[in-house]
Amino acid sequence: MSRPVRFNVHPKEADINDNIALVPMPDGSTGEGYFATSFESVVGLARKNSMWPLPFATSCCGIEFMATMASHYDLARFGSERVGFSPRQCDLLMVMGTISKKMAPVLRQVYLQMAEPRWVIAVGACASSGGIFDTYSVLQGIDQVIPVDVYVPGCPPRPEAIIDGVLRIQDLIHAEGLRRRNSDHYKALLGTYGIQ
Amino acid sequence: MNEAHQPITLPEGSIEQQTTTLNLGPTHPATHGVFQNILQLDGERIVSTEQTVGYIHRAFEKLAERRPLYQITPITDRLNYCSSPINNMGWHITCEKLLGIQTPKRVDYLRIIIMELARITDHLICNSIVGVDTGAFTGFLYVMQYRELAYEIYEEVCGSRLTTNIGRVGGFERNFNNTAFTKLEKFLAEYPKVLKEFEDLFNRNRIFMERTQGTGAISADRALAYGFTGPNLRAAGVDYDVRVHSPYASYEDFEFDVPVGNTGDNYDRFMVRNGEMWQSLRIIEQAYRKIQQFKGAEAEVYHAEVPAYYLPKKEDVYTKMEALIWHFKIIMGETAIPKGEIYHSVEGGNGELGFYFISDGGRTPYRLHFRRPCFIYYQAYSELAKGAMLSDAIITLSSLNLIAGELDA
Amino acid sequence: MVFNKYNLKLFSTNNMSLTNERIQEKLVEKFGEVVHNFSESHNMLSVEVATNENIKVLQFLYDDEELGFQFMTDLCAVHYPDKTGQELQVVYHLHNLVKNVRLRVKVNAPIDEPNVYTATSLFPTANWMERETYDFYGVNFVGHPNLKRILNVDEMDYFPLRKEFPLEDQTRIDKDDEMFGRGGSLLN
Repeated sequence: MSRPVRFNVHPKEADINDNIALVPMPDGSTGEGYFATSFESVVGLARKNSMWPLPFATSCCGIEFMATMASHYDLARFGSERVGFSPRQCDLLMVMGTISKKMAPVLRQVYLQMAEPRWVIAVGACASSGGIFDTYSVLQGIDQVIPVDVYVPGCPPRPEAIIDGVLRIQDLIHAEGLRRRNSDHYKALLGTYGIQ
Repeated sequence: MNEAHQPITLPEGSIEQQTTTLNLGPTHPATHGVFQNILQLDGERIVSTEQTVGYIHRAFEKLAERRPLYQITPITDRLNYCSSPINNMGWHITCEKLLGIQTPKRVDYLRIIIMELARITDHLICNSIVGVDTGAFTGFLYVMQYRELAYEIYEEVCGSRLTTNIGRVGGFERNFNNTAFTKLEKFLAEYPKVLKEFEDLFNRNRIFMERTQGTGAISADRALAYGFTGPNLRAAGVDYDVRVHSPYASYEDFEFDVPVGNTGDNYDRFMVRNGEMWQSLRIIEQAYRKIQQFKGAEAEVYHAEVPAYYLPKKEDVYTKMEALIWHFKIIMGETAIPKGEIYHSVEGGNGELGFYFISDGGRTPYRLHFRRPCFIYYQAYSELAKGAMLSDAIITLSSLNLIAGELDA
Repeated sequence: MVFNKYNLKLFSTNNMSLTNERIQEKLVEKFGEVVHNFSESHNMLSVEVATNENIKVLQFLYDDEELGFQFMTDLCAVHYPDKTGQELQVVYHLHNLVKNVRLRVKVNAPIDEPNVYTATSLFPTANWMERETYDFYGVNFVGHPNLKRILNVDEMDYFPLRKEFPLEDQTRIDKDDEMFGRGGSLLN
């Protein structure tokens, strides 16, 4: 049995002079009980708030990503605390920066190494469509080689825009069905990219 | 003799039968940017390295042949994107030299403030990432706050944070307003304390010193032979600084020291960059005081009077026909560029950033070549990493401050 | 500050103890017709050198006491399709750090046989710069230890910065030139 609680046992009444307004929880939301929801929502909730992003930072957008991860714009508030660099361990591939034709096979290989469910966010104009570099050596958008879920435009996008992109991904994750990755529709989509 | 076919010999006293190949691939947390190193290891020691670059080759030089002068400025941004104002201003100063435009002193001093601010932000990223690579994450988070303040100052002048596209041929697009100067004063007041604290964390930190001293060393002879410039060369002992040797933008009016190291190892590079940040703060303070001495009409000067190359004010462009026509002509490159060639260099965050501009009198350059310091000194990496342990090689890589945009162009 | 032989004196004024005329004089004296086409633009002297003599001239500029151009700042190439027989021009930028003098040396080569001797043995910094020049223009540097493509993909079979090749990738299907104002079917 747990020790008796000694601190904070007398709940504070809400006081107009405090800057913090304490509102009691609505009926039925506290204590033991049952919550009725769909399994998909709960799984979606858990998944979206614990993303492990893989920052695939190639150029200038990578520096804005560093600013996003730093304390001013903190991406960790949204659950993306642990950035990993191994595709085997990550859920979200954030492609930030120009992908050249030399780099495209590397990007594809990193994508293939990720385990389902996996999401891709193309940050910046160069990753979305080649950006200002309509040249012989730049891939005109990473969706030529891998399927992309969210595109964040900008050159480079402000950290708020990158956070907005991550929040959209979170919406997608929350709304995604559990069987989507095994569905024929998804397999057909990957088929268009040549991925089995 | 093709060096790719030379057999790799294990060093004396090795207990291995053959070398291990490790691919420090293009995507790796320790390589800040995309470049690849295929390492041959004898246990933990590196026997040889083979570098592959070009993973972010965006064909800047070919792109520049298609674009008139103002359209090239956004490309120069993306060379060393940690200090893009220096690249922009280097390009504008090159154009001014070719066109024979003389900028007023106030413009030069404002340019110096922005360039030195950019140099501080470049060095603070490099040094804090060296800290992150040795495992010390706090320094990075602490100084990035001041990079945000520098971004706010850029935003007041040009509107954007990172890839600034700041300035015009002949000056700036708008005068610095009071907010910009207030933020600059805040930066000058707060940043020295932060830098002092950052130095207290690292400079005499035993672990940091033992990791960085003696590793990645290069002698001054070899550094000069490899074409090193900038903080990496100054760490090796040679005090070559383009701002002192061929002053541009009135640098000769300012008093500053050039920090120089001894052995060219990682610790010296770290210390030289810290020293340069202090000197940049000194220069900004002097420039700010000089600017405050301009009164009245002189305080409103923010560009040279060259209507043929300086875009007219937006209020005029939207209301007057003549200004609209000038705006169109200048952007599309229909104003006359004299024939000729010029090589001009500025002191970028990594060294001598040079612009070799050949004009045949047309709208766009006939040839524009960027002398990129990162590309030139990355060749020496195999010499720096030979015989080092793997972890030292990673620190060497990050202390060289390789920016992929400048490496590949 | 460490005082060693690498401590370059800080120049406050243009301490030109070596003038462009003196450089020209010494070069013509030593090499005669091999060095020609001297020109000066924005205070930098340019000289053209016959293709096969480039290393000899660079070596002289390096070794000579008075000239001492021991730092290679830059190496690039330019393509002039109109100058038949001399289409590719390799440009070396040299710098005398002690006297603070710069020099530009140009070497021409025909496009069918663009062979130029490599400067790598004299300046190790020329290694990658020559690889980049080969990658962009196809200049074959004779004696280079590792002449292969550096910035473009290895399988590329043409030299993209030559004037006859376009900037854009011609195989892309999503961007059409007419939308970008570059001709296309709308104007034909």
